Amino acid sequence: MIWDLHCHLNGVDGRTPEERMSQLLKYADRMGVDRLIVFLGMSFSRSYDPKPDDFRQQNDEVIQAISHWMDRALGFAYLNPNYLQESLDEIDRCIKNGPLVGIKLWVAARCDDEAVDTIIERVAELKGVIFQHTWYKVSGNLDGESTPEELARLAKRHPEIPLICGHTGGDWERGIRAIRDCPNVSIGTGGFDPTAGITEMAVRELGADRIIYGSDIGGRSISSQLAKITGAQVSKESQQQILGANLKKMLLPILREKGIKP
Amino acid sequence: MIDVNVSLFQWPFRRLPHDTTDPLVKKLKNAGVTQAWVGSFEAILHEDADGVNRRLAAECQQKGAGFLIPFGCVNPTLPDWKEDVRRCQEKYQMPGVRLHPNYHGYALDSELFADLVTECHQRNLIVQISLRMEDVRTQHPLVQVPDVDVKPLLELLPKFPGLKIVLLNSQRSLRSPLVTQLAKAGDVYYDFAMLEGIGGVGKFIEDVPYQRVLFGSHFPFFYFESSQLKLKESDLGETIRSAIAAGNAEKLT
Repeated sequence: MIWDLHCHLNGVDGRTPEERMSQLLKYADRMGVDRLIVFLGMSFSRSYDPKPDDFRQQNDEVIQAISHWMDRALGFAYLNPNYLQESLDEIDRCIKNGPLVGIKLWVAARCDDEAVDTIIERVAELKGVIFQHTWYKVSGNLDGESTPEELARLAKRHPEIPLICGHTGGDWERGIRAIRDCPNVSIGTGGFDPTAGITEMAVRELGADRIIYGSDIGGRSISSQLAKITGAQVSKESQQQILGANLKKMLLPILREKGIKP
Repeated sequence: MIDVNVSLFQWPFRRLPHDTTDPLVKKLKNAGVTQAWVGSFEAILHEDADGVNRRLAAECQQKGAGFLIPFGCVNPTLPDWKEDVRRCQEKYQMPGVRLHPNYHGYALDSELFADLVTECHQRNLIVQISLRMEDVRTQHPLVQVPDVDVKPLLELLPKFPGLKIVLLNSQRSLRSPLVTQLAKAGDVYYDFAMLEGIGGVGKFIEDVPYQRVLFGSHFPFFYFESSQLKLKESDLGETIRSAIAAGNAEKLT
């Protein structure tokens, strides 16, 4: 069983969200991926600090994309903590009253910002999954681009709320260390090069139950990202946990709430 | 499969799961690789280029004769570099060289590079150029190395008809239309170790004839399965798949 935590409609052939979803599933079928989590729209926001109309449109496109494939595709809502009330409204629209099952926070604001506390508390009430993009860029992060250390600070304020450290910080040797002492933080393995050793170190330092496979398609290849798990020198049981079981377990409460078959 | 992008020994900044030769050879053979073109991780920072090449040639001979095909390191900023080229071909029987212009500090529009290409052309050596070894965003803070700019090859290649250039790890920094232009300008080949995007290989051969695409994994820095799976991710058909997996590289040597 393979569930992919990290998929986009961007970078995929197709004129409509449905066509792009269909393309993603064609490749997923070839590679044996059972379920895809999609977030962000047909083209990423023009701004790193998107206005509410912008992120609402992105979420509308995701809802449209997954609508015909609820058995294969799930979606997260994209929010901007700099527009707190509008983000809370979007949580209600897309998750409480809509089909989406989690949120994606990107690079609008650093995740140790107080507004993020309010957002994740609300999502947790709804049993939604929380995915935070993180990077350590040696050349310097964007103004609102979070590091795993900032996510760790947020995690320690909310030890009961599960969080996902997207990209493992890119520089995964630092990323794994940064969140190592936050048991409520899992890493997402998608969206960085398939550098050998990532999964071995993550299993050693975090345990296999805190690692979640994701690809970051269409900008990335399913192959390069799957290889991090299937090529790693870890047990088959660990691989199965990482490839699908951990994500499924994290999603189960909200899927049950919504009556979506796991 | 012929894998044109493998390295031996240790990456300077991290131990890798297959950075000793016996497990590396075993892994490649188990995966169906019949020949691996190997450079040395030592090449990027060591200045005793012949020491690097001597160890590489000996390791290939001892642990993978006929399977590990050594590609030597030449750094044209070092004194008497032509002797390294000569030894690569005459002493170590290498079919080509693997260059790291960014780590060695020269540009492809420099006289040094033109001289090096002239030497390789006269000797009919394959020239592999590694555009990057890793994501520039995750490099060691004290060793930040930019990608190689290969645009100057457009002007240079027509002067060296028949020169075989293999660009390794190119796709994260090299985009269309330059990819296509280079393939038209000379005998330029590409591996796809760093090719990303869904269905990437299938899309890449819309920009470059499939006869110019070679299987390369950047193993053991990358998980080998990354490139292996890419051949499955795109629906290539058997003719194209087998050409990319091995046939194109066979014709190069």
